[in-house]
Amino acid sequence: MREAITSAAGSKVGRRLPDAPLDAVAALGRGVFAACRATGSLTLFALSGVSHLLRPPFYGRMFLRAFIEFGYFSLPVVALTAIFTGMVLALQSSTGLARFSAETAMPSLVVLSITRELGPVLAGLMVAGRVGAAMAAEIGTMRVTDQIDALQTLSTDPMKYLVAPRLLAGAVALPLLVLVGDILGVMGGFLIATVSLGFNAATYLRNTVDYLQTIDVVSGLVKAAVFGFIIALLGCFHGYSSRGGAQGVGAATTSAVVAASVLILAFDYGLTELFFAK
Amino acid sequence: MSETAPKIRVRGLRKAFGAKKVLDGVDLDIMTGTSTVVIGGSGTGKSVLLKCILGLMEPDDGTIEIDGRDLLRLPPGEQRAVRAQIGMLFQNGALFDSLPVWENVAFGLLAQRRASRVEARVRAEEVLGQVGLAPTVGDLWPAELSGGMQKRVGLARAIAAQPEILFFDEPTTGLDPIMGAVIDGLIVDCVKRLGSTSMAITHDMASARRIADRVAMLHGGRIIWSGPPDALMDSGNPYVDQFTHGRREGPIQMELRR
Repeated sequence: MREAITSAAGSKVGRRLPDAPLDAVAALGRGVFAACRATGSLTLFALSGVSHLLRPPFYGRMFLRAFIEFGYFSLPVVALTAIFTGMVLALQSSTGLARFSAETAMPSLVVLSITRELGPVLAGLMVAGRVGAAMAAEIGTMRVTDQIDALQTLSTDPMKYLVAPRLLAGAVALPLLVLVGDILGVMGGFLIATVSLGFNAATYLRNTVDYLQTIDVVSGLVKAAVFGFIIALLGCFHGYSSRGGAQGVGAATTSAVVAASVLILAFDYGLTELFFAK
Repeated sequence: MSETAPKIRVRGLRKAFGAKKVLDGVDLDIMTGTSTVVIGGSGTGKSVLLKCILGLMEPDDGTIEIDGRDLLRLPPGEQRAVRAQIGMLFQNGALFDSLPVWENVAFGLLAQRRASRVEARVRAEEVLGQVGLAPTVGDLWPAELSGGMQKRVGLARAIAAQPEILFFDEPTTGLDPIMGAVIDGLIVDCVKRLGSTSMAITHDMASARRIADRVAMLHGGRIIWSGPPDALMDSGNPYVDQFTHGRREGPIQMELRR
């Protein structure tokens, strides 16, 4: 090919173009093709998973198991993250707003930051590390130990049995976690404001409620549902596609967490545009 | 269908991975109610053949008929229905480690809604008994079992739904000779009790002679010899003789690098 390009350019026959630039273009092309292939595979996997949610048989027991793993066992880490985030937010905003003599805006700043942004994003990232990794490891191990093949020989569709219940559990459990996180995050800010910064408790609560709108909470919960779906999708996808024993399962776990974290941040921007861009 | 028609008929089955042709026109007949053992070296495509028949892998070409119906040309729903009559024992057991033993055994019954959980538990204990395990084993987890017990549980899972066809992938691999003989004995008992047609793949010659009504050797992507187990050690075929006697010298050259 290089020789053809060289001839077409009128150069001496047989003279080859330098390797480095073409190698770089080839590497870029391979990367683009690989990214397109991965995006296509992930999209088909997601569509297949969702389609199995709509067609029987349904595995309620598997949904319940995934829901408990996703929601109940993630509660401590999400709760702690939310409380400390609310506390830090109160402290930071108090010192920042004091420069403009606007300390009274602190309660509304805390509640809006928590409900709109920090609640769903931080809960999503924490759960991606905890549950997304576990899903990828479990399904990946099932793949490399023939357990997924065994499911098929027992007339059970792995997408229906393993993937669909997890996707639903992710989309349902994370909004509930975020709702709890929102309350605890606001409570963290309230504690710092009243105990350490000398705010009046009743005034703080009134300011919090007065400036909070339904869309602030709803947008955070919608984000959480999308993030939960993304975490489950990438955990299942990378686990399901894993190959090559323990090393493959390890790589799948890492990919699931990294990809879910990046996608959460990207979708966070997109959903914020959707809800709040004028 | 005539009485002599095979339960499983494979014709011209081909499967390649890139440039490597693993199956290159496999022809195989397995008669109803008989046990066929496919032998062959590592990497000769025995597992690929099994996975193609099971539908876990899509062949490039050829036909796979079960009871005269070409699986590869049936709609997916009918393919699943035909394959639902196949039970499979995997090489490493492939037990679901998130489920207790009894749920592993009764998985097919529960997944297909063919039994309530109470009925499935009773059936699981009954089948565990058939493979020589106490009902209390049902409450254990797969990780708590020895290799031999895992194989027995895998066998119990394979026969729980009383399939017409049973497949065994290296049933004695990783077991000591006594446990290997025990598993082979259980396989023969189960196949006879159910009246099933079975196919096993192995490179354990003792196991092949114990299980088989007929032995076939896969080499170079094709079945190169087929005969009764009595003739296995003295087949007259140089490839089979080299393989069964484990000779270094002979027509089979081991690939050291692909």
